[in-house]
Amino acid sequence: MALVRISRLCAIAALALAGFAANPGFAEPPTAPGQTQADVDWFKEFGVDKPKRDPVTGELPVAPYTHTDANAGAAPFEGAGMARAFGGQDGIHQIADRLVDIAIVDPRIKGVFAASDLVRLRRTLYEQFCYILDAGCHYSGRDMAESHKQLGIMNGEMNALVEDLQRAMRERHIAFATQNRFLAKLAPMKKDVVRR
Amino acid sequence: MAFAWTPACAQQASSPTEVTADAPGTLDNTPPSRGKLFNDDKLLLTNGVATVEGSSGGGLSSWAVIPGMETDHGIGISAFVTGLSLRDFRLEAHGVSIGIKDRLALSYARENFNTLSAGTALGLGHGYTFRQDIIGTKLRLFGDAVYGPAWLPEVSIGAEFKHNLNAAVARFVGAKQSAGTDFTASATKLMLGQSVLIATTFRLTNANQFGLLGFGGDRRSARSAEFEGALGYQITRTLVVGGEVRTRPDNLGFARETGAHDVFVAWSPRKHVTFTGAFVDIGPVATFRPQRGAYLSLQITT
Repeated sequence: MALVRISRLCAIAALALAGFAANPGFAEPPTAPGQTQADVDWFKEFGVDKPKRDPVTGELPVAPYTHTDANAGAAPFEGAGMARAFGGQDGIHQIADRLVDIAIVDPRIKGVFAASDLVRLRRTLYEQFCYILDAGCHYSGRDMAESHKQLGIMNGEMNALVEDLQRAMRERHIAFATQNRFLAKLAPMKKDVVRR
Repeated sequence: MAFAWTPACAQQASSPTEVTADAPGTLDNTPPSRGKLFNDDKLLLTNGVATVEGSSGGGLSSWAVIPGMETDHGIGISAFVTGLSLRDFRLEAHGVSIGIKDRLALSYARENFNTLSAGTALGLGHGYTFRQDIIGTKLRLFGDAVYGPAWLPEVSIGAEFKHNLNAAVARFVGAKQSAGTDFTASATKLMLGQSVLIATTFRLTNANQFGLLGFGGDRRSARSAEFEGALGYQITRTLVVGGEVRTRPDNLGFARETGAHDVFVAWSPRKHVTFTGAFVDIGPVATFRPQRGAYLSLQITT
């Protein structure tokens, strides 16, 4: 995972830089006694502005892009059958949320989400599912290639996410054939999601 | 230490979409399946089950899929044992296969075809057993059985090198050779929208009764193009039911050989284990009436 690796490299670099600054003998770690790595304010360490969450949505800002339903990566189902089978917007919301809950603790893929804005992810994932299932939503997220391009996702991780989604749907008692109909809409996205 | 301060660091630290302050301890995260040789990441049942010839497929028909639970970054290993109890004969097969990066498959299988009391009638002696070793290889050319466009199947080519260990008997009944090579071309797709799996294979072969009665015969010695097909329906994530058909050459004058077919249930209670039960009909064998019976197979995979 390149991102994590770079993060680690940066952390090491920052540790080293800070160590030099504080003590040319390079003996002191940059953290105060009792302070863990996670407590370090890296934004301050690097002298950059900490991104501010939107006070209303709670989301971090993203670079501008064109909003279109086409970004969802699949044409929606026709008719209300699939939306009904998924329990309407409420049911879809719960499945999308549950998928995020499962995925971010799944040891196989939790690293993929380590640097994600989960508030935004929950919203856009819900919108995407809701749009594809024709439950009356528009998708406002980025397209699949753009939203996954820096994640370095591998085939096995895509499979892990599918299994997590299957679990989320199973927990909501979605019939297996219906689950597969939905997965059939997502399966062609693999070429944009899996990058290596 | 300046080397570590790269533009990548700067970009990452300042890019608001890639860094969140509310994910403490993320620096310690290492996804465990990354870099694992045996990554076990393939979706359940998408590795198929071992055929009686050791390649991955549905039991009787070969599929385009590569054995093992690996994806394109790993290696998978699979072992199987199969019993098929027919009216007058009993087939036992076992073997191992390895899948490399979901691209290349290598397999070995041994078939033991016990003639039971029919052996006496054939003048071979009670329990005379035909044996065959099969080394197989399969290369996935393109496509994905699960992902990608619904119209684009996973496509593989393969070869099976069969070595019959009963050369004298095989020649006696009219076979031209005691060893032979089958060539296969397979296309397999899981139609997710319908929960239906479709697998087709064209096989160039001159094997008599899978090769257990040698290769080529008095009626025809060259290879012929034969068809194998499977249709499966995925009832749940762990359970598939289906049927298979397979045409076969009819090279030997002394006994007619027909196609074979079956209906099967494959159940994968966990990622490493698949049970397959089937009812199989392989038609008449060595002048004996049509041979039908129960098929049971266990596959252990990583």
